[in-house]
Amino acid sequence: MEAFVDQFLNLEIMVAAWPTILQGLGVTLLLCAVVVPLGLAGGLLTALAALSRRRWLRWPIVALIDFFRAIPPLVLLIFVYAGLPFAGLRLDPFAAVALAFLLNNSAYYGEIFRAGIGSVAHGQMEAARSTGLSHAKAMVYVILPQAVRNVLPDLVSNTVEVVKLTSLASVVSLSEMLHAAQLARSVTYNTSPIVLAAVIYLAILWPVVRLVSRYERRLAS
Amino acid sequence: MGNFGDAFLNAEVLTKYAPSILEGVYVTVLLSILIVLSGTALGLALAALRSLAPAAVRIVVVVFADIFRALPPLVLILIAYFGLPSVGVFLSSFLVLFLILTLVLAAFAEEIFWAGITSVPKGQWEAARSTGLRPAQTLVWIVLPQAVRLAIPPLTNRAIAVTKMTALGTVIGVSDILNQATTAQSFSGNASPLLLAAIAYVAIFLPLVILSRWLETRFAWKRV
Amino acid sequence: MQPILELAGVAKRFGAFEALKGVDLKVAERELVFLIGPSGSGKSTLLRCCNLLERPDDGAVMLEGRNIAAPGVDLDAARRRIGMVFQNFNLYPHLDALGNVTLALRKVLRLPRAEAEAKGMTALDRVGLAEKARNRPAELSGGQQQRVAIARAMALEPRVMLFDEPTSALDPELVGDVLAVMRELKAAGMTMVVVSHEMRFAREAADRVIFMDGGRIVEEGAPDTLFGAPKAERLQNFLARVAA
Repeated sequence: MEAFVDQFLNLEIMVAAWPTILQGLGVTLLLCAVVVPLGLAGGLLTALAALSRRRWLRWPIVALIDFFRAIPPLVLLIFVYAGLPFAGLRLDPFAAVALAFLLNNSAYYGEIFRAGIGSVAHGQMEAARSTGLSHAKAMVYVILPQAVRNVLPDLVSNTVEVVKLTSLASVVSLSEMLHAAQLARSVTYNTSPIVLAAVIYLAILWPVVRLVSRYERRLAS
Repeated sequence: MGNFGDAFLNAEVLTKYAPSILEGVYVTVLLSILIVLSGTALGLALAALRSLAPAAVRIVVVVFADIFRALPPLVLILIAYFGLPSVGVFLSSFLVLFLILTLVLAAFAEEIFWAGITSVPKGQWEAARSTGLRPAQTLVWIVLPQAVRLAIPPLTNRAIAVTKMTALGTVIGVSDILNQATTAQSFSGNASPLLLAAIAYVAIFLPLVILSRWLETRFAWKRV
Repeated sequence: MQPILELAGVAKRFGAFEALKGVDLKVAERELVFLIGPSGSGKSTLLRCCNLLERPDDGAVMLEGRNIAAPGVDLDAARRRIGMVFQNFNLYPHLDALGNVTLALRKVLRLPRAEAEAKGMTALDRVGLAEKARNRPAELSGGQQQRVAIARAMALEPRVMLFDEPTSALDPELVGDVLAVMRELKAAGMTMVVVSHEMRFAREAADRVIFMDGGRIVEEGAPDTLFGAPKAERLQNFLARVAA
């Protein structure tokens, strides 16, 4: 028991690692502030393209969505970070993470938006068009607000996943929270800094996870 | 273009490292199958427990599922990999990865099955109980068959997401596809192994992604 | 003669709402007791207390002389001797008609498959649906579904059958088939407690009609007396409204 506490819950080490981890948390939050809006925007465009009536646009987009859903995010990240330089495109870690996440998240957010738009009754578009709204305006003012409301839990869930995925950035040496915790671990040979990072992730994400579960249950009943 | 082809589709490099990547494919596929089987089974057992057990046990199940859904898997993997040996638990990196991802999938599967169980109307329980079936019998014969059907599409999506995380094993030295590829890349100074790895992942997971699309239309939630 | 089913001083509260305020009821063998009353009068709660789908806060539920509301009683064993038919049928959607009927035979009575299926077919035959044995509930009309539900309860050979508004969810033209099955059950000697708004059926088939209001039994009697010469003002008002 003592060994367990010393290895996982060593307060002294946690206190010493605190400033480093806090810095890492800052980078994590900054990363989220960049990749979540990027992913949402990319997802929305992807969804609109995937629902397009133009076949030449629809099929390649659906194929791309499936491609990026099939490839593990870490593989994509390493390909972008370590592979693209061979093609003459050298990105710093932050840009590499942003690009890999844009590709991966657009596919996932895109699927959710697509389901949301599909869940809005056909009559809504017809009614909007009958009042003289253009297709684009009807989409923005009538369809999308309902679509987003219908899939809000999924959008929030996926955002939780995105925040969790930012931890992958540690693999390409971006100094986000897990990277900072890893650094502290490698200096102290003690797991407590990572546990501290875990506690911070939990503090941020647990309330959201609970909220989504409760919201979905309300929908089901 | 010549440079590009040489960097990403170098025939010499590809032939040299294809076998090791194939070994990685074996490890990735084996891990994925083990994780899906044990994670789904554990998740189903936990959801059943949650619907039959007293409140204290239910809370433990919920807390477990919440934690393993809220934490980044890589964080869990690193804690287990670096922490466990110091408290006398020695597991191979393969086992650590298997264990953590099984628990992660189980946490999500529990939530998915539970959502299915709660969406079965109360009248089904009442009808079954009125014919003398016990709670566990009602769960097994009446509620779960309906709940599992609802659970299949989201569970497939989640199983794909979690098994894709086997690539995280690279970080702790599991010799999966990605690990083999990054090793080959650093030895050869050529990006072809990375491209080959990406192709291997797509070959494994694309059929599953397409399957999940089909399941979604087939078992679509009928919202009445 | 000892009643098959007897409720003594049964009370039930839902939060601040007193659904049942101490109800006594005796049901004799072969009797068809008909419960009527406005919504919220407690008639459905009373019915659901008979097989303890609702557990009474107070009082006893005696099945053939044994209090099944007492602690430590094997409820599941008691319940299979009390059949129940629900307003919304509550058929199991993943099983076909025969599967619905035989599940409890196999899992509760532990009959071998062949025997359970023979019994199940007999029950389906009695409700006129033998040829629908392999159809799933979604492929049956509302009336057929309710008849399968009756067969499901009947197959266990219960001592009493409870009917909770069995025809309320049905289209008018399908009501007749269900009532016909209930009539046959009555003729075969089944003891029945029925909550329903089918007053014509009550008049014709019931041995005794009970009018409930505000969680109490207000008036009871033979159908002719109760419908022909209602004493309580609340019952008169209720009958006037139902007739209108």
